[in-house]
Amino acid sequence: MSLRVNGLSVRYGDVTAVSDVDLGIADGEVVALLGPSGCGKSTLLRAVAGLEPVGSGVVSWDGVDLAGTPVHRRGFGLVFQDGQLFPHRDVAGNVAFGLRMHRVEREAREKRVAELLELVGLAGYRKRRVTELSGGEQQRVALARALAPRPKLLLLDEPLSALDRALREQLAVDLARLLRETGATALVVTHDHDEAFTLADRVAVMRAGRIVQVGVPTEVWQRPADVETARFLGCGKVLPASVARALVGVDARVGLRSTALRVDPDGTIEAEVLERVHRRDHVRLLVRLDGEEFEAVAPVAEPPSPGDRVTLSVDHDGVAVIG
Amino acid sequence: MAHVGPGLRSRAALGPGLTWSLAALLPLAFLGVFFAWPVLAIVALGLGEDGALPVLARADTWDLVGFTLGQAAAATLLALVTGMPVAFLLARCRVRGAGVVRAAVMVPFVLPTVVVGLAFRALWPDGGVLPIVLANAFFNVAVVARTVGGLWARVDRRAEDAARALGASRVRAFTSVVLPSLAPAIGSAASVVFLFCATSFGVVLVLGGARHRTLETEIYLRTVQLFDLSGAAALSLVQFAAVIAVLVIGGLARRKREKALPLRIEPPRRPAGGERGVVVAAWLVVSALLTPVVGLLVRSLATEDGWSFAGYAALAGTGERGTLAVSGLDAALNSVRTATDATVVALLVGVTSAVVLVGLRRHRSWFAETLDTALMLPLGVSAVTLGFGYLITMDALPGDFRTSPLLVPLAQALVVTPLIVRIVLPVLRAVDERLRQAAATLGASPWRVWREVDFPLASRSLLAAAGFGFVVALGEFGATSFLARPDAPTLPVVIARLMSRPGELNSQMAYAACALLMVVTTVAVLVIERLRVPSGGEF
Repeated sequence: MSLRVNGLSVRYGDVTAVSDVDLGIADGEVVALLGPSGCGKSTLLRAVAGLEPVGSGVVSWDGVDLAGTPVHRRGFGLVFQDGQLFPHRDVAGNVAFGLRMHRVEREAREKRVAELLELVGLAGYRKRRVTELSGGEQQRVALARALAPRPKLLLLDEPLSALDRALREQLAVDLARLLRETGATALVVTHDHDEAFTLADRVAVMRAGRIVQVGVPTEVWQRPADVETARFLGCGKVLPASVARALVGVDARVGLRSTALRVDPDGTIEAEVLERVHRRDHVRLLVRLDGEEFEAVAPVAEPPSPGDRVTLSVDHDGVAVIG
Repeated sequence: MAHVGPGLRSRAALGPGLTWSLAALLPLAFLGVFFAWPVLAIVALGLGEDGALPVLARADTWDLVGFTLGQAAAATLLALVTGMPVAFLLARCRVRGAGVVRAAVMVPFVLPTVVVGLAFRALWPDGGVLPIVLANAFFNVAVVARTVGGLWARVDRRAEDAARALGASRVRAFTSVVLPSLAPAIGSAASVVFLFCATSFGVVLVLGGARHRTLETEIYLRTVQLFDLSGAAALSLVQFAAVIAVLVIGGLARRKREKALPLRIEPPRRPAGGERGVVVAAWLVVSALLTPVVGLLVRSLATEDGWSFAGYAALAGTGERGTLAVSGLDAALNSVRTATDATVVALLVGVTSAVVLVGLRRHRSWFAETLDTALMLPLGVSAVTLGFGYLITMDALPGDFRTSPLLVPLAQALVVTPLIVRIVLPVLRAVDERLRQAAATLGASPWRVWREVDFPLASRSLLAAAGFGFVVALGEFGATSFLARPDAPTLPVVIARLMSRPGELNSQMAYAACALLMVVTTVAVLVIERLRVPSGGEF
């Protein structure tokens, strides 16, 4: 019960969208494909689904090459960014669609639909028109629809990107719980690392059509494979080993996230505040340190003002070792 | 395992394209046997050993081409200008009588051309260029109103609102936001209308006389009256070339413009401000369209001795001194039967073609482009050429096909199919590809995807296409007049025959038959409108 992708390439004319990718997903595992937009991650997902002609390489399930298996016989569920619910069917009709395609008896079908609507928190929505639902509700229906026929593999293409932030964070947690509860094997495409780390057991970072790093979330977060990955994962500042040793006490090339330097009265690093921006739960600063600009954070209460001199300490959660 | 893969994979990658190509065989076979073969046969026969060069070298040939294209361009422009307000009214406005407007604009489209020619000659006894242009535009306002209106109803109002909020006047918002998004429908309607006008036969024959001739009437005159088959064939080639040029230009303009749109129907609003002016303009257009129609109705009731139903009563018989071989009623029944058969055939071919074209879009190829263009060709070929082509080729088919009652429906289907493709294709193309993909990942085979997604979403336009096709087949005159057996004429053929014979009862009966045809058309259109689920509640 596992997916394997070997040496997969997908080309559109002269453009190579996916280039020589290897990836495996074990039974019950959730893997996130993380990367900036245009890196080929959605194309890879679509190739796995059978929606994109494969240039070279193999997509296999339990060791069986899927090249000759059309989309509708693969048994892979797919959730799009914007739901793509059938506008001419009600909520129950959408969820039941896959069950009908698999010739599930009416009674069993209705039971399964009720079960899934319960699972995604939409019990009582059976007869609602899908066009009347909010974005979040539509995504829940899309998820229920994909899960209903018990897919071997669930493919999620930016499932939360079209939603506003509060809803996205809420739904990410719900989705993570749902994936665990149903024991789903899943591949999630996203450009949001919070989302990837919330949902996935393993994260595959993709750039320019290639997978550059695969690992568990904490490992990818703390040890990005290269500078560009570090920058993609929020490290605004990259320090060579010599500077890193002096500033943060790590003898390696490091990436600093905005939270790496904190205003601390007991800190040992002196800096001058240049700019200040208020965020939800902290204040973000731009400071000058040894003639170079760095990002730093301060508590919301009594934040320093531009022009102030402050002392900083290093928070190692905000430091990523590169390579 | 990589080394066993490639063969399988390449076949799987080729698979979808191959399947679609096979499905394309039905429309291609239909076009090949019932269009390309007869047309090519007549051209080959006509060209003989001399070839087309002598005709092409003559200056008056190019005068003909110039006049044909010029009057078609003028009529197309007029149809566009007058059709747009009507499209706006149908798509955007919640006003009383919108259903009446919808039905009313359709009536001219299906009137027999000979009848319309006569109606316009009553106003311009000497004929001329103006009545030709007016009559051609009169026929085609419906094409513009319905094609453009169909898209307009789906264009998101918010883009317009955004432009207004950015300081654009109503007019500016229309020209800079609405018009570009309507461009595919306008382009599509314009190319269809242009083809209709460029190959229009009946009205030019009646209104142009000997002075104003188009390629179509010249082909007819040379074939029927001068027996100059080689000249007619050469002119057919010229017409064919002009038509292909227009189709290619139209295709290029249309290309990539038909993009996925939300299948949401914008709820119509009460017109406000300057929109009321547009609605008034739309009503004026409709009134203008109805004038000849009402004129015909009046004529059907007016006799020298005052008002009378004599013409209608005479439909039960065969006309003054037995002008007709069958009664008017039999002809009407025959019309309905023939048009039904033609609609079924055209739906089968047209919908298959539309589905194939949508399926092939992902593998955008010369094949798809060619099929798209080839499907439009029958609109641009002289009905005369086609009719004669049928007569010299169809006896080669088994079962004495030349005298088969199927011949007329097949010829009509050829005229109707392009219309059905043009109505259904934009709607199918507007269905988001990912909706189909979602269905496929849920286990729906390609056939099932079509049944579960495309069909329900396009059902309304399929219905509209069927109705549209039916009324067009009902009014088709050019090819039918050549192919209908004397003992099984259709209503338009009967009308033309009655008109060409002396006797007041005959013309009275002809006008009554016209009225009958208009009533049938109006009822058909109203039924189609009624079958629609009220807008907004559908999806």
